[in-house]
Amino acid sequence: MSQIILSAVISLSAIGGAAAVILYFVAQKFKVIEDPRIDQIEEILPAANCGGCGYAGCRAFAEALVKTGDLENLYCPVGGNELNKEIAPILGVEVTEKEPEVAVIRCNGTKTNAPKKVEYEGPQSCAFAHSLFAGESGCPNGCLGLNDCVESCDFDAMYMDEETGLPVVIEDNCVACGACIEACPRDIIELRPKGKKNKRVFVSCINIEKGAVSKKHCSVSCIGCGQCVTACPFDAISLENNLAYIDPEKCKLCRLCVPICPTGAIVEANFPEMTDKLVEKAKENYSKQKEKKKGAGKDKAQPKKAAADKKATASQEKSSKETSSSSSPDAKKDEAGNDSEQSSKLKNNDNSAAGNPENK
Amino acid sequence: MKTFKLGGIHPAENKMAASQPIEEFPLPKQGIIPVSQHLGAPAKLLVKRGDQVKTGQLIGETAGFISANIHSPYTGKVKKIDNVLDASGYKRQAVIIDVADEEEWEEDIDHSEDIIREITANPDEIVNKMKANGIVGLGGATFPSHVKLMVPEGKKIEYLIINGVECEPYLTNDHRLMLEKTEEMLIGIKILMKGLGVDKAIIGIENNKMDAVEHIRSMLKDFKGISVEPLKVKYPQGGEKQLIKALVNREVPGGKLPLDVGCVVNNVATAYSVYEAVQKNKPLIDRIITVTGKNLQKTANLKVRFGTQLSELVDHVGGLPEDTGKIVSGGPMTGKALPSLDVPATKGTAGILVMTQKEAKFADPRNCIRCAKCTEVCPQGLEPYLLHQFGELERPEDAEANGIMDCIECGSCNYICPSNRPLLEYVRVGKAKTSEMIRNRKQK
Amino acid sequence: MKNQLIISSSPHVRGNWTIEKAMYGVVMAMIPAMLVSFYMFGLGALRVMLISIVACMAVEYVIQKYVIKGPVTITDGSAIVTGILLAFNVPTSIPSWMLIAGAIVAIGMGKMSFGGLGKNPFNPALVGRVFMLISFPAAMTTWPKPIVSREFFSFAGLDAKTLDTVTGPTPLGILNEQGANAVTPDYVNQLLGSMSGSMGEISALALILGGIYLIARKIITWHVPVSYLLSSFVFAGILWLVDPSQYADPLFHMVTGGLMLGVFYMATDYVSSPMSKKGMLIFGVGAGVLTILIRVFTPYPEGVSFAILLMNGFTPLINTYTKPKRFGEKQPVN
Repeated sequence: MSQIILSAVISLSAIGGAAAVILYFVAQKFKVIEDPRIDQIEEILPAANCGGCGYAGCRAFAEALVKTGDLENLYCPVGGNELNKEIAPILGVEVTEKEPEVAVIRCNGTKTNAPKKVEYEGPQSCAFAHSLFAGESGCPNGCLGLNDCVESCDFDAMYMDEETGLPVVIEDNCVACGACIEACPRDIIELRPKGKKNKRVFVSCINIEKGAVSKKHCSVSCIGCGQCVTACPFDAISLENNLAYIDPEKCKLCRLCVPICPTGAIVEANFPEMTDKLVEKAKENYSKQKEKKKGAGKDKAQPKKAAADKKATASQEKSSKETSSSSSPDAKKDEAGNDSEQSSKLKNNDNSAAGNPENK
Repeated sequence: MKTFKLGGIHPAENKMAASQPIEEFPLPKQGIIPVSQHLGAPAKLLVKRGDQVKTGQLIGETAGFISANIHSPYTGKVKKIDNVLDASGYKRQAVIIDVADEEEWEEDIDHSEDIIREITANPDEIVNKMKANGIVGLGGATFPSHVKLMVPEGKKIEYLIINGVECEPYLTNDHRLMLEKTEEMLIGIKILMKGLGVDKAIIGIENNKMDAVEHIRSMLKDFKGISVEPLKVKYPQGGEKQLIKALVNREVPGGKLPLDVGCVVNNVATAYSVYEAVQKNKPLIDRIITVTGKNLQKTANLKVRFGTQLSELVDHVGGLPEDTGKIVSGGPMTGKALPSLDVPATKGTAGILVMTQKEAKFADPRNCIRCAKCTEVCPQGLEPYLLHQFGELERPEDAEANGIMDCIECGSCNYICPSNRPLLEYVRVGKAKTSEMIRNRKQK
Repeated sequence: MKNQLIISSSPHVRGNWTIEKAMYGVVMAMIPAMLVSFYMFGLGALRVMLISIVACMAVEYVIQKYVIKGPVTITDGSAIVTGILLAFNVPTSIPSWMLIAGAIVAIGMGKMSFGGLGKNPFNPALVGRVFMLISFPAAMTTWPKPIVSREFFSFAGLDAKTLDTVTGPTPLGILNEQGANAVTPDYVNQLLGSMSGSMGEISALALILGGIYLIARKIITWHVPVSYLLSSFVFAGILWLVDPSQYADPLFHMVTGGLMLGVFYMATDYVSSPMSKKGMLIFGVGAGVLTILIRVFTPYPEGVSFAILLMNGFTPLINTYTKPKRFGEKQPVN
């Protein structure tokens, strides 16, 4: 009996030993030599594999970091600057700070602001609905509310508000990976700097139709009237294709454009409530700026405004009346052409022309 | 009786308008003519605001190889050029014309009813006239027709196939045309045969239109080389590939064209417009549109100038009923749902179908029970349930391997699915993703 | 116009083919076999049938309502089909609690745990049946004989001594234990159902009738049943030709046991059988060969359930490798 046990133990040990030796040599032979820093960096990466950095996953990102050693252009939106501080010593480079960003939804076409005109039936996919028609409200640029962005979010930073039918970004969770931007077929979502104390001002509309047309779909659309452009003391707002855009780099968060917007298309985030005093101040600022820009840009600054005003809302104050006469040839041309491209070109020229003298 | 073999379905025919003769629809007060009425690049505009135009005048010029001329269907003044909602569901550029009371035709157009039988044009002239007069396929795809006649070197065409199948339920415009414009259509076919240099043409007609088959047969003695073939009713027999299979038993491989198997397919209405373009130099400015629906007071087959608002056509048959749930431009299987009736009739509008609320509502989709009915009815031999999955899961590589690009989007799978799953919808999603992938690959 | 227009992509019409139609069609097809079993086994059969159907529907309801908390779809007929099939697969003498346990496993484990209708890789009724066969082997293999007075002609194929007892072995059981010489063919009675067995499987004729109904209504295609029957017939025939004294003749295999039940109602189950025609043929051939293999070469007298379950397991593989013939695969002319 003991002999059997003994022989079994010996033979098994021999096989085990032989296998260990073979394994050792094979492992030596086929060893893959890798920079140990890749593992080190991968260790501290968030391991979300979201692709927000532009690489297939955290491992690929770590490889890219080690290979290029370039911390300035490679950025993990999840880990942010905190992570950069940890990575920098491993790579042996200087820490670079990047301003944190957050996704904003540039559409405010809620169920009440942009009521349904037709009903969509089909797959709950924005991409598909986008290929089919302009949208339930008729706005060809507005949010379709079919969850593509929410589904693309890996960080639980978005949800669909049932009441408004619009997606909402949970700022604390958003890491600005950009997945929702890829997912949105209408390019509604934008990454904007988080701003001081999370405060942001932006135009919550991307409709490029003429004012009168876009107003039909949605009560809070940007009609391209240009009043905000005039009101902004910092030249942060530009107007293109009947659409205003606030440059986050230039915006000083003064909020003076917000009460001026006739449709309420400019949205502010995380500010205290708008006071009457501020509204008053904004109006004052508007007339002041208008005078100033009129003086500086001579007639150049006005045509665009007049043209836009005339088309957009008849209810604008007399402010534009006096100027509309002086710029009537342009305004007419704009109408006659009826070509949004043409008119926008016109406006662009004016914009730059208006801006230049002031910058001096 | 012949038909195609693989798959197919039998939807309820509902051809209520089949007995309604073609009516000439009066000119509207205002015409809205989109510059993109065809497959391919939108036409380049030649008129501007305030211009006077005559009926038949060229107002949009082809902009590319696959593109088509656009002519003014009206005499009048260009009111403006604006972006207008069209059947695509989006606003696109269109010329808006205030129609004058007096109609004045462009000079070299013969708009009389006399039939010109002798074909004098040579093949080059035929192609040029078709191109000049903006002829596109009127079967639904609106593919510029002259392109089909320009056969590449080395390809030999044996058959001209004329599509009189009209397999779409409800629609009857081609049926009426075959009955009422028979001789013109046959001359048109002769012209196409001459243009292509073929001596055999087959008209395929489903056997629910035997009156048309008999009628055409009775006139064939003057038209050598043309034959009529009745086909067993089955959807989608009007699909190019299925029709070629049914008539001459040849299969067009995936990614290939009918001319790769020696065939060219044209619709009967296209043949008629070819006749007008070549024999009478009349551009394509009108077509026959079926206005139909179960709840409409009456149905009609109307000869309508392009640019007429669809709402006017519906008013003509008694207006929209109270419980309208959906308006479809074209047939129920492949047509497009319209967000509004304020859409102009264009070259691609074969019919207007007004559906009731009840017809338009479908039950919610349920689980796939893997009954394989979709594979059974797919005329292309695909597996729609699988392609649906790949579309939903965004796996374009697998979708391509399983032949997603061969899908002809006939909708048979959606029709048959017992769980009411949106099969074709997701196949379309997948197709878009796959073609994007293929494009990217080609660029590399 | 009061209503909003609906926008959707084509097609804008739907056929009238629904899950309900398919499922209740299967129920309709099983009615002849059900009637035969009521006739042959009396009230016991009715008890088993009702308990099985109610238990299956109840389990599905409870799971959908309280576990998944999703929509309740017990009226779509699939639970009823599972219930009837489960009842068909057990002897009528089975205690009620065992049947309920079988129903819980069939619906709960066989179907709902995978995500409900359409997601289950195995036929739920067979999962339930095999569970019962393994857990309660005695109860599951004690078959009551059909009510004696209702024997049509004689009781051939069975030992004459057992005539007055309440239970009896199935012809396949005898074959398995005593060899081919112990059974004498009596196809007429076996076709009609006058033999011991699970309640639904006894009458091959009634099952074939229902199967023809299913094929005629296009609820199932001929591919699985025909290939299944042919392959088992041919395989059993080869064995019989090799040694008729040891192996029963193929016709005997056809009419006894649960073959017809399996062929028409369980192997053709939409969810767990392959999607393409080619795949269905492979599936049928595989199941047929496996059935005869199990019947002849294993201690189990009956192999239909195991054969179909095994082939269910191969279904995804078959689906991957059998693609339908695509349009235009032939070479072009020029």
